[in-house]
Amino acid sequence: MKEETVIKVEGLTKVFGDFTAVNKISFHVRKGEIFGFLGANGAGKTTAMKMLIGISAPSSGSANVAGFDVYTQTEDIKKSIGYMSQKFALYDDLTVKENIRFFGGIYGLSKNRISQKSNLLIEELGLEKVAHSLVGSLPLGWKQKIAFSVSLLHDPKIVFLDEPTGGVDPITRRQFWEMIYKAANNGTTIFVTTHYMDEAEYCDRVSIMVDGNIEALDTPKNLKTHFGSDSMNDVFLKLARS
Amino acid sequence: MRVILYIINKEFRQIFRNKGMLPIIFILPLLQLVILSNAATYEINNISFGYVDNDHTHTSRALIDKFRASTFFDVSQVFPHPKESDLAMLQGEVDVVLTIPEHFERDLWKDKNIDLGVTINAIDGAAAGVENVYITQIIKTFNKNLSVDMVQLSNNTVRPVLIEGIPLFWYNKTLNYKTFMVPGILVLLVTMITLFLSGMNIVREKEIGTLEQINVTPIKKHHFIIGKLFPFWVIGMGLLTIGLVLAKLIFATPMLGSLALMYFYTSIYILVILGMGLFISNFTDTQQQAMFIAWFFVVIFILMSGLFTPIESMPKWAQFLTEFNPIKYFVEIMRMVMLKGSGLTDILPQLVKTTLYAVIMNAMAVWSYKKIS
Repeated sequence: MKEETVIKVEGLTKVFGDFTAVNKISFHVRKGEIFGFLGANGAGKTTAMKMLIGISAPSSGSANVAGFDVYTQTEDIKKSIGYMSQKFALYDDLTVKENIRFFGGIYGLSKNRISQKSNLLIEELGLEKVAHSLVGSLPLGWKQKIAFSVSLLHDPKIVFLDEPTGGVDPITRRQFWEMIYKAANNGTTIFVTTHYMDEAEYCDRVSIMVDGNIEALDTPKNLKTHFGSDSMNDVFLKLARS
Repeated sequence: MRVILYIINKEFRQIFRNKGMLPIIFILPLLQLVILSNAATYEINNISFGYVDNDHTHTSRALIDKFRASTFFDVSQVFPHPKESDLAMLQGEVDVVLTIPEHFERDLWKDKNIDLGVTINAIDGAAAGVENVYITQIIKTFNKNLSVDMVQLSNNTVRPVLIEGIPLFWYNKTLNYKTFMVPGILVLLVTMITLFLSGMNIVREKEIGTLEQINVTPIKKHHFIIGKLFPFWVIGMGLLTIGLVLAKLIFATPMLGSLALMYFYTSIYILVILGMGLFISNFTDTQQQAMFIAWFFVVIFILMSGLFTPIESMPKWAQFLTEFNPIKYFVEIMRMVMLKGSGLTDILPQLVKTTLYAVIMNAMAVWSYKKIS
């Protein structure tokens, strides 16, 4: 079986003035893969991700996401991807249902499809009681789960998650990763950045960025063997310190 | 098109859910209309008036009584000596001092020229000018009556010819300042509310991070902008309606022209302001910045709109600048249509300029809104 590549990045670079935030990174992501995009704060993860989702123009290099070019076809990319940022990005002053309807609407889903998806989502997350509550009144962990589900509303090929579990408790994180696995099993490619090294262990492959460069890229198991460590935490520390 | 409806729906929900914002949108402007229309007047009343009477005769007292009889002056102070009056002026106790010279009555009968001393506090030049007119008028009337008296007393067959201009005030016959101000204040509140709301709206989404989420969706720029601005357009038209009703009910402001024309013009005018608000929010990162920039423009626009001071009396370069002031056009149209009953052909120049303005402003707003940084 030939594996389909959904993200192709070659020598992608982003320069701000005389600061190189992302320095000629290259990697491929396969369909249905959970790709962990690791790095310390300020290593360039978010900048790289913003170029891939079409909201930041690259300085040089090439990248192809879901078959579309990041320079010329950003709006096509946006139809094929979902995105959830570290900044919680649902509307606090709208209810759960209204948020779902709004985002479904701007992705061009039909009215029936929206109400169908909305009911399904509310049932799956067990949100029947709060469906008509303002999102702002819900605990952070719930909001994150709703935001993730909303990013999947239009059945994207790839979902980009930027530190999705920041600030939530371990139980919720666990549940969150179960949702990620489920989406990956349905064939959705997951591109996720995180600071939690235990989460890195859940990924199929991880890349580790240091100062704008990708210093390592492999399965968690191979990385541990290669660096002679017994945890991803150790691998990360060795790379980040060197 | 459906996408636009989803955005409009969301915006309206957010606006009407924001309990802190609703009174600001609907109640404050109306308070503004009621308060400002009454307060922003050029009429000057209760001028504190003092005098130095060096003559102490029947005639000098008669002159002072004329001032006492006027509703504009508050004759409160008598000064025995100019030194005292100067001091009172310095301390701000009087605004106008009339000095009647010695032998005032005697010289009058001798038909000599008499100089009355009038001192006016001119820190506020405009007020001083108005006060000067009031004083001159009172003295003139006094002079006229006096000469009639003298003619009668002397039984002279040749009556002095008295020429008097009778002014006819068109469009605002009673010189009611409220009639003049209400249409202008209405312009202000429609402008300010729509500019601030649209200017802060998108920048607010930038602040809370939802704009990034929107930018990652395949939404079209013009869909997003139309959906965003339409609710504020509706609010602007709503404000105009409430304002017109209040103007009629409270101030009995006339509406001589076509109401439909008024609405037609306003519908285009609001587009200019919304485009401007959006343009501002595209170049700012916080609501605070957007607010300051919006204020900067609003203050300049208001002061240079001809609302409070006539554009004709501004220097040439300033008059040129007012050509770029949308508020100026709206104030002109409001006054023309409401007070003069002007029709479409009369307001055509302003209408064309405003339409052009709207097209340019909104093109710039759409152009400057970037989904990609």
